Amino acid sequence: MINKVVKTASEAVADVFDGATVMISGFGEAGSPIELIHALIDQGAKDLTIVSNNTGNGHVGLAALIENRQVRKMICSFPRTAHSVVFPELYKNGEIELELVPQGTLAERIRAGGAGIPAFYTPTSVNTPLAEGKETREINGNPYVLEYGLKADFSLVKCKTADRHGNLLFNKTARNFGPIMCMAAKAAIVQAKEVVELGGIDPEIVVTPGIFVNKVVEVANPLSENQLIKEERRYPWT
Amino acid sequence: MDIAAKTGWSREEMAQNIARDIPDGSYVNLGIGMPELVANYIPENREVVFHTENGLLGIGPSPAEGQEDDEMINAGKKPVTANKGAAFFHHADSFAMIRGGHIDICVLGAFQISENGDLANWSTGEPKAIPAVGGAMDLVQGVKHVIIITKHTTKDGKPKIVRECTYPLTGKGVVDRIYTDLAIIDVTDKGLFVKEMAPGVDFNTLQGKTEALLNQY
Repeated sequence: MINKVVKTASEAVADVFDGATVMISGFGEAGSPIELIHALIDQGAKDLTIVSNNTGNGHVGLAALIENRQVRKMICSFPRTAHSVVFPELYKNGEIELELVPQGTLAERIRAGGAGIPAFYTPTSVNTPLAEGKETREINGNPYVLEYGLKADFSLVKCKTADRHGNLLFNKTARNFGPIMCMAAKAAIVQAKEVVELGGIDPEIVVTPGIFVNKVVEVANPLSENQLIKEERRYPWT
Repeated sequence: MDIAAKTGWSREEMAQNIARDIPDGSYVNLGIGMPELVANYIPENREVVFHTENGLLGIGPSPAEGQEDDEMINAGKKPVTANKGAAFFHHADSFAMIRGGHIDICVLGAFQISENGDLANWSTGEPKAIPAVGGAMDLVQGVKHVIIITKHTTKDGKPKIVRECTYPLTGKGVVDRIYTDLAIIDVTDKGLFVKEMAPGVDFNTLQGKTEALLNQY
């Protein structure tokens, strides 16, 4: 029998090891798996490379993981946002590495990684500083930049609905990087707002087929990052 | 009152100018900040579908206070709603729409635009600044028509339309048209051509505030 459902977030992230590459879903707060990230803070794996669009907000979620000095390197497209305070400080002090990737290239590198495509040519970033040092090639008279697929040891993803096979549905614009990060990780770990019986999701509307998912944990009432930031909360809770 | 401050178009009028020129049936991506204003001025008899790169086609009006949803946001991370006929999708699909040439128009801000249509809008290149790029480089390469909305000069009066960009480029030769508070300017193979000037602006004054050479149709 296939049952990918585990009972707790800490059980879900137990295998994350020092030095792992971890993809974390979310665009800003939307789709950020805050309970899984907090479980990873409790678990303590360090020297991580994190792939995520942003670098977290305030002192919770991804920002708290960075603040807890578990992250060696960030691969992202937009490391500074209105409420981003932790990453900028460490970056200015040279205490964290940054690989800046255009957003669409980041998405496609993740998709390619999950689809078994080692590299691809893209027009994005041609003739800009972000293409410096990269292989370029002319195809049909236009210049393109070679970009490599991205894979991860783990991905932490938030979704709306899951079943025990790991079939997933997402919620509105919180879908963002979730489906492709599930594809690109050796072990995709998902927190779902609800876990339904097998057959409870119409096969016609499955967004991420369960084959891409390894663990599912139900988090029925996920914390709101916005709310935590308003309340100036910090994780670990003080 | 400063007389100079009364010439030219307001931010809202600049957005109106762009909205007026967006054809019925267009798929449009609006950048963060001033470009977002364009959505407010699409004439009622036109159907325009707005795309946001975080994964939504068919952005509706801002939600009423208290109706905001943390998982329903635009690329600027502001709360939005979805119109009838809207669709959600993941990031790789969203950028396939952008890079694959499926989006008709994008409206972006700018630090500098050069006379051959180079755009700099993601970094000032200052050593201490934290670089952040987002989707700008994808948009300028993939979207069919790249439109810029910007004040004609910087806060301290320096030209933003220049011979060559001094800031790091977002893309080379990518801009099609520039809407400023003083003029609407086409970027063509033969250089910059002034399509329209704001009330109270004459060509010589405009050229005086522009480092790049301007041409008249």
